[in-house]
Amino acid sequence: MTQTLSIVVVEKDRDRAMLIVDSLREAGDHEIFVITEETSLARRIAERRPDLVLIDIASPSRDVLEELALASGPMERPVAMFVDRSDEGLTQAAIEAGVSAYVVDGLRADRIKPILDAAIARFHLFHRMRSELAATKAALEERKVIDRAKGLLMRARGIDEDAAYALLRKTAMDQGRKISDVALALVTAMALLK
Amino acid sequence: MNGRALSVGFVPLVDAAPLIVAQELGFAEEERLTLDLQRAASWSMLRDMLSFGQVAAAQMLAPVPVAVALGLGGTAGRIDALQVLSVNGTVVGVSAALAQRMREAGHPFDFTDAAAAGRALIAVRGGELRIGVPFPFSMHAELLYYWLGALGFQAPQGLSVRTIPPPRMAEALATGEIDAFCVGEPWGSIAVETGAGELLLPGAAIWSFAPEKVLAARHDWAESEPETVGRLMRAVWRAGRWLANPANRMTASEILARPGYLDVSAEVLERALGGDLVISATGAEVHVPQFLEFHAGLAAFPWRSQAAWIGTRLSARLGLDRGPAVAAARAVFRSDLYRRNLGPIGGELPPSSDRIEGGTVAPATGAAPILPGNRFFDGRIFDPDLRE
Repeated sequence: MTQTLSIVVVEKDRDRAMLIVDSLREAGDHEIFVITEETSLARRIAERRPDLVLIDIASPSRDVLEELALASGPMERPVAMFVDRSDEGLTQAAIEAGVSAYVVDGLRADRIKPILDAAIARFHLFHRMRSELAATKAALEERKVIDRAKGLLMRARGIDEDAAYALLRKTAMDQGRKISDVALALVTAMALLK
Repeated sequence: MNGRALSVGFVPLVDAAPLIVAQELGFAEEERLTLDLQRAASWSMLRDMLSFGQVAAAQMLAPVPVAVALGLGGTAGRIDALQVLSVNGTVVGVSAALAQRMREAGHPFDFTDAAAAGRALIAVRGGELRIGVPFPFSMHAELLYYWLGALGFQAPQGLSVRTIPPPRMAEALATGEIDAFCVGEPWGSIAVETGAGELLLPGAAIWSFAPEKVLAARHDWAESEPETVGRLMRAVWRAGRWLANPANRMTASEILARPGYLDVSAEVLERALGGDLVISATGAEVHVPQFLEFHAGLAAFPWRSQAAWIGTRLSARLGLDRGPAVAAARAVFRSDLYRRNLGPIGGELPPSSDRIEGGTVAPATGAAPILPGNRFFDGRIFDPDLRE
């Protein structure tokens, strides 16, 4: 029962893949193989004959695995996702974390659970990092637009930076809009008038 | 607040239009619904989102509810097709190399005659013919098996139908991973634009009334919330009727083109909505009647006979008992819900929920190769009452 599992991780981003591999190693002594290429994915996986395939739920390549899971006798192996529905909690957690697992050969749920737990924890972290990055980017964009709007106001009305910002803020408050929206409207309007 | 919020999943394809239009143009609001549209990257992802309740309803490949009912793929609970979202809309394309060989062998690329195109393709193939489709259970795959099978070219001998995510289809064709594909718009046109291949046929040339996508929901949800289901169906049906008006195509394509939805050029989308396709890099544009229907000809009605056809094809290919397979398939196409919810607001109701597929229009011998109505390219019919 302690024989090692062969696990394939499908992940385009090499750094991300390495982090997943690290956390999977902590879950046990398994043979892990990473596929970063999306071309001929089905063939690459079939060649490895893995026990388990892990892939981001949002990867368009998931449908390729769906086909692979069906390839040998669709009825004997209700494979596809997460062994079966016996552990709804685990399945739900995995879907929320964005990891999907394909069991290529009949594996018992208790053997897969520690692996999925590790993968789920890792994917959760990725998701948080992704949303933080998006939020930071958006904040930077807003800052840039506000700076440009301030510059336009300073030149057009001969006021200083603080006054320009106060004017933007007051307009936003009066109109019940966000400062960045008012700034964007101003920048867009100026571009049109040029 | 506009009444009740409902999460609805879609895959960024032209035929997601009824869902997007229902939300954007107020058809949902009219029914006191707000559709929270969730974009999915793959069909298996969307099926799982639906099956685990992350979305209440979803755009779905018509064969998927049938496949789930037959226990094929995934571990989902029963999924019902509430109504048909779209009929037709796919294209078959071949690699530039194959197109060249077919042309040298005298094929005219008329984009209409499926029998001639199929024979030409079979004749020039070099060994195994590898054809990409978006999903193992899709009308794309069924049309290919039907078309080439009727011409005596069967899977698995010589024919390999494999799954390729649509955004990768052009690349897979260019790198020689596949020789041909069947895919929905805009992905066929994108393969032409990038020079990877040429379009050979519209799916409609193989079966001129193929149910392509359905509005799908969990069976349990459909049973427990009949009132909400009715509101959703009415909103989507009215959106389909709006889409059927050619005057609305430009507006529709502008909405679909937005970054949150399909995020591709509105021009390509408008061509697909109108059935005007550029089929080769030299710019030949062809108009295909009945290329993509959302409403005309009772397009939204989920015929039990359509489900029976899918069930028959799947069971034959995968070695399942036909009788139980067809019975399970018929049950998930909910023509009863269509009658209940869309009849009162003017949806045309046929006397029977079964019809003879392929049998609505008399064949015009030789002429008019693109078949109007409901016809299979080989003139065969599918009578759901007959045992094959």
